[in-house]
Amino acid sequence: MSSDLSAADIDRHVRVYVTVFVALMALTIVTVTVSRFHLPVSEAVTVALIIATIKGSLVACYFMHLISEKKLIYAVLGLTAVFFVVLLALPSLTVHNGFWIH
Amino acid sequence: MSQPTEPAHPAAVAAPKPHVAHEVHHEELGFWRKYVFSTDHKVIGIQYATTGLLFLLFGFSLMMLMRWQLAYPGAAVPWLGTILGDSRMPGGTMLPEFYNQLGAMHGTIMVFLGVVPLAVGGFGNFVLPLQIGAPDMAFPKINMVSYWCLFLGGVTMLASFVIPDGGAAQSGWTSYVPLSDIAGSGQTWWLIGMVFLITSSLLGAVNFITTTIQLRAKGLTFMRFPFFVWAQFVTSFLLLLAFPPLEGAAVMQLMDRVAGTSFFLPSGLVVSGQALTNAGGGNPLLWQHLFWFLAHPEVYVLILPGMGIVAEIIANNTRKPLWGYRSMVYSLIFLGFMSFIVWAHHMFMTGMGTTMAAFFQTTTMIISIPSVVILTSLVISLWGASIRFNTPMLFALAFLPMFGIGGLTGLPLGLNITDIPLHDTYYVIAHFHYVVAPGTIFALMAGIYYWYPKATGRKMNETLGVIHFVGSLICMNVVFMPMFIMGLAGVSRRLFDGGATYDFAQPVLHWNVVSSWGAWTLGFFQLPFIFNFFWSIWNGEKVTENPWQATTIEWSAPSPPPHGNFLGAPEAYRGPYEYSVPGAPKDFWPQYEA
Amino acid sequence: MDIPYTVEARRDTGLTNGKIGIWLFLASEVMLFGALFASYILIRTGAPTWPRGDTMLNVPLATFNTIVLISSSVTMVMAWASLKRRRFETFRIYMGGTILLGLVFLIVKYFEYSAHFNEGAFPSTNNFLALYFTLTGLHMLHVFGGMVVNAYFWGPGAKLWKTNPEWFTNRVENSGLFWHFVDLVWIFLFPTLYLL
Repeated sequence: MSSDLSAADIDRHVRVYVTVFVALMALTIVTVTVSRFHLPVSEAVTVALIIATIKGSLVACYFMHLISEKKLIYAVLGLTAVFFVVLLALPSLTVHNGFWIH
Repeated sequence: MSQPTEPAHPAAVAAPKPHVAHEVHHEELGFWRKYVFSTDHKVIGIQYATTGLLFLLFGFSLMMLMRWQLAYPGAAVPWLGTILGDSRMPGGTMLPEFYNQLGAMHGTIMVFLGVVPLAVGGFGNFVLPLQIGAPDMAFPKINMVSYWCLFLGGVTMLASFVIPDGGAAQSGWTSYVPLSDIAGSGQTWWLIGMVFLITSSLLGAVNFITTTIQLRAKGLTFMRFPFFVWAQFVTSFLLLLAFPPLEGAAVMQLMDRVAGTSFFLPSGLVVSGQALTNAGGGNPLLWQHLFWFLAHPEVYVLILPGMGIVAEIIANNTRKPLWGYRSMVYSLIFLGFMSFIVWAHHMFMTGMGTTMAAFFQTTTMIISIPSVVILTSLVISLWGASIRFNTPMLFALAFLPMFGIGGLTGLPLGLNITDIPLHDTYYVIAHFHYVVAPGTIFALMAGIYYWYPKATGRKMNETLGVIHFVGSLICMNVVFMPMFIMGLAGVSRRLFDGGATYDFAQPVLHWNVVSSWGAWTLGFFQLPFIFNFFWSIWNGEKVTENPWQATTIEWSAPSPPPHGNFLGAPEAYRGPYEYSVPGAPKDFWPQYEA
Repeated sequence: MDIPYTVEARRDTGLTNGKIGIWLFLASEVMLFGALFASYILIRTGAPTWPRGDTMLNVPLATFNTIVLISSSVTMVMAWASLKRRRFETFRIYMGGTILLGLVFLIVKYFEYSAHFNEGAFPSTNNFLALYFTLTGLHMLHVFGGMVVNAYFWGPGAKLWKTNPEWFTNRVENSGLFWHFVDLVWIFLFPTLYLL
């Protein structure tokens, strides 16, 4: 696996890394700027999470090479993602009795 | 019982010195590197198994002491009382605080230091690489580290008994807040101990999963895996993904106890007439959610390796393939997945709304289906079989009805209405002990008698085995069956006098005495096992590679296997349970024979 | 004894043992931080009021730290790329840069924490701070752990390059995956704690 990348491949990868770096810097500035508008909480959370997800995906896909990973890794991460969502959502739903009670 | 002669196998070797096998270039390792800080999965497996068995004995002893107090509340314990001192048993009578320490530590030790190290660390480490035809685990050094983390965790837990400020943890193995937040320093030791144990399991899980996927022999596809391999594989995923939230929760409880935070402390808490001065705003239910997120999958960690062991032994001693192997495997996978979304059935009484209660009740009912599929398949596997009633098979057979009782009695607990009167009573204790004690522990005993010859080159004594079995089976039922009656009568768990102060409990209190005598007799019947275990190392009947005429790959290695396990890399040519194949010369056709 | 697929990938999975191992470990770390994020959600949604992050914490300093950590991810992946290009000295420069940037991150956090302690803001003061200190504290432990591993591969571990360059490259890649994960957690922590 380590031997399938040629020098040209690496050069291409490096160009991608630089592009992603610039994108990450830009998105960092965006997220800090948006926060200064002091949007209402639910909108602020949505925007911040969308930007963070984009940034996180860039790091995962390109720095961590997830975009070209093998199926087994995708399967493990997919399973983890499901349980991650369960862990974040269910305790709050249970304690606050579902969506409709605030 | 006829013993077919075993042809010489290319992968096996008659009886050479163990270190001739692989390492022409290896220097002989010193005593410490070979037996203490070994990276060989077999040595590590034996370390885990021995540690697990010792802790099982210790945890059981804690319970035998508790049972005196339950049978004869307030009565002085003969001579042991004076040894334990005035802070625990003044004048030989047990203090409630000490009872609570015994209770909390019995649970903690049996689950995390007894069963899991033996079932996963012991059997998993020793058998798994051999059964998939691998030379060792994928990460041998990490394997060694994972054992020593367990060891450190165990030492921490034991040390907590003798620290001066109030003794060991005493807020239940569940460490519910806010009680555990304000408890004595033994609780802090419990939390630190848990961090070590969780780390050990996480490292182990990474190792098992990687090894199973990557180091399996040529021809050993997933659907040719012995069921034991599947069981350990799913168990490892449970450990990997369910333990970290408890580690997070333990960190938060440590912060509450040591740094004065209020993660779990609500505002306005009053303790012994004094209002607490902490910031408040915390949520005790948060602890429960994070704890049970782990602890529910944990109960499947407790049972799955045992099911794997029983499956192997039943196939071998019925001389037939397992019935419904494929559905058993799919059930295992489905069970593993579902185990992550049922946890709040341990929290039905916390005031959750009907929607979420209905959700968790539904997932809980659904999860009983795969368990039933697995158990039923094992029972149907007996139909039309030529059963060999050796000691491993006796334990494996007893597992079936015992686990059946345990499982069925769980159903009223999983339905939130019937859980209302049964919650936190002796019924719950009876339910889970049936699954773990005559359930899992019987399966582990079966596994010890079954794989002992592979690990030592000798069989354990059959007569002592049968005595151990019969005595244990009867006593297990004497101990736990009456607890259903007590629970149905409303006797709560964790009462240091067994319910003696309650009027409604009076008609059923005598069952405490029955359970206690059952427990002490059960302890007595472990003596033949302990004796047998050591005696057979030197005096047991000597065996070669395959004393049980089994079909799975571990039986092609010498008994005991050398470093590196196999001379040549084994290959799998067929499924794991080709017994009684029509037209074949022997009644078994090993997976590894060309 | 040699464990197969340590350096060369197994054909049917296309992976080495170390690559699977590190991703499995990262999956468990997702669940660990997940528990803390779940706690944040539960405690915050249950609180009658909750301070906005920028009223309690130093946003400019944390923004700087975010840039530092993201940059360290770039230097980390460049370190690995240098090894793939067989440029060992360039590897050492980039890896050294990664370690230095990590150190800068930790130093900035030291100043942040000290400032809080000096004005009487402790984990015990309120739940916002309890969550802040616990989340960033655990994250810092991971930064420190990652730095120790990186320092090992920069220093004493680098002799593996001479005897088994492929294995060394893989190990650096796997450590890189851990480092990127630490960055990824910060990418979510920063807005959650500081901006919302």
